[in-house]
Amino acid sequence: MHDIETPSAGSLDAKIMLRNVCKQHGSFLALDRISLDIPAGNFFVIVGPSGCGKTTMLRMLAGLDTPTSGELRISGGNADRPQNAMVFQGDSLFPWMNVFDNAAYGLRMRGVTERETVKVVSEYLEKTGLTNSRNRYPHQLSGGMRQRVSIARAFANDPEVLLMDEPFSALDEQNKTILQEELLRIWEANRKTVVFITHSVDEAVTLGDRIMVMTAGPGKIKAMVDVNLPRPRKVLELRHTPAYGELVYQIWGHLREEVDRARAERSY
Amino acid sequence: MKSIASERIIGVASPLLLLLAWELCARFNIIDTRFFPAPTAIVGHMFEMWSSGELWGHLSASLQRLAVGLLVGGVPAIFIGITMGLYRSIYAAVDPLISATYPIPKSSLLPLMLLIFGLGETSKIVMVAIGAFYPIVINTAAGVRQIPPILLDVGKNFQASRIRMFTTIALPGALPLVMTGIKLGAGMSLVLIAIAEMVGAKNGLGYMIWNAWEIFDVTTMYVGLFVIALIGFILNLAIDFIERLVIPWKHA
Repeated sequence: MHDIETPSAGSLDAKIMLRNVCKQHGSFLALDRISLDIPAGNFFVIVGPSGCGKTTMLRMLAGLDTPTSGELRISGGNADRPQNAMVFQGDSLFPWMNVFDNAAYGLRMRGVTERETVKVVSEYLEKTGLTNSRNRYPHQLSGGMRQRVSIARAFANDPEVLLMDEPFSALDEQNKTILQEELLRIWEANRKTVVFITHSVDEAVTLGDRIMVMTAGPGKIKAMVDVNLPRPRKVLELRHTPAYGELVYQIWGHLREEVDRARAERSY
Repeated sequence: MKSIASERIIGVASPLLLLLAWELCARFNIIDTRFFPAPTAIVGHMFEMWSSGELWGHLSASLQRLAVGLLVGGVPAIFIGITMGLYRSIYAAVDPLISATYPIPKSSLLPLMLLIFGLGETSKIVMVAIGAFYPIVINTAAGVRQIPPILLDVGKNFQASRIRMFTTIALPGALPLVMTGIKLGAGMSLVLIAIAEMVGAKNGLGYMIWNAWEIFDVTTMYVGLFVIALIGFILNLAIDFIERLVIPWKHA
């Protein structure tokens, strides 16, 4: 499939490479010839109207779905590091495992020693503020805490690439801001390659190095926007700067055309 | 708080009142004691049978068949149920067989089982196993199928092997419904063991009841009924207890 292969065309330092990737769901074309390179260490955000195929794209990167045609590759990495780990949209914790066992899931499935597992998981539980909740079950946690566990689980697995599918969309505004801040802090400390999906323009500009705006039905690349805001970023301070407002405005411009077009098509 | 306490009191009082009415009616010959012996007479007879060892002989024979039959029927049922829940093709292959044979009254299979397995222990154990198998397999398969697909995606994404998908996701995810299946299966087994022992057995509670009918020993019959009811009640309590132990995330 799209496992590690010898790199061919494309820039050599691209961590993720897509060439003419299409996805057909029956007669419906979900993704139309997507080609892109994501450099290693990049925080790559995909924004688009709902139904633009962004989740499909992420699922293909996660190996949970395959492209109908085209090529898709995550390069690099050695055998004992997983290629990717996904933070899912919505509740993806195992209700029958406590916080620690949930966060340790990836490491245990890879057969990492229990000692190493305890060390790594404890570190990420600390970073996500879950140390005191390690023995609790998901139903005893708030939505924000559950999503923290999900993030700890993905980071602890130490993947080549982190895939995040609207991880904060179900949270209230305060929790969302707090978790964005935490994600920035953890990510800025280890700079993994991230592909992050969101429908929130604010979230995209707050987190991303580069933002891809997608069109809907079929999903195509509408625009690529580089976010040259300095790091480390603080969510509230960042949102106060003119550069931030300028970027949000620019991306909204791209999106609005799409939303208007979709609306025009729907009303015949 | 108050209403829960009063509900408990009503729950205990209503059967006691019924027993008291029964006792009085029997004492004053309002009901025919040949068919409805007084509760005190039944309990007294039960203690007699217990101290003579007769009751324990029948009881232990039935319990043994129940235990072995539940294992023989239940373990494959859980395994097949999980496999059906995980793999659509296996579900498609096995589900019609189960759906077609499920409505057959299990008791009507007894002559066939006696023919195949003879009058010995095997035919009784098979009857119990059949009774346990259906509710457990059906509930287990349903239990796996109601696991949110996102959790199976998590397993795949974190590269869980087939066996690990089984042990870390399918089995624990299905467990609440598996326990429901076990509860229903145990009830069905109890029904079938009583019937099976009436026909081809020399001991067991079913035999005891049937034999009492043949010699018109109505009190012994009631003792048998009472003990079977008691087994059912205790079995339910035990399964509830186990459920709380193995599904801590539901009750914590």
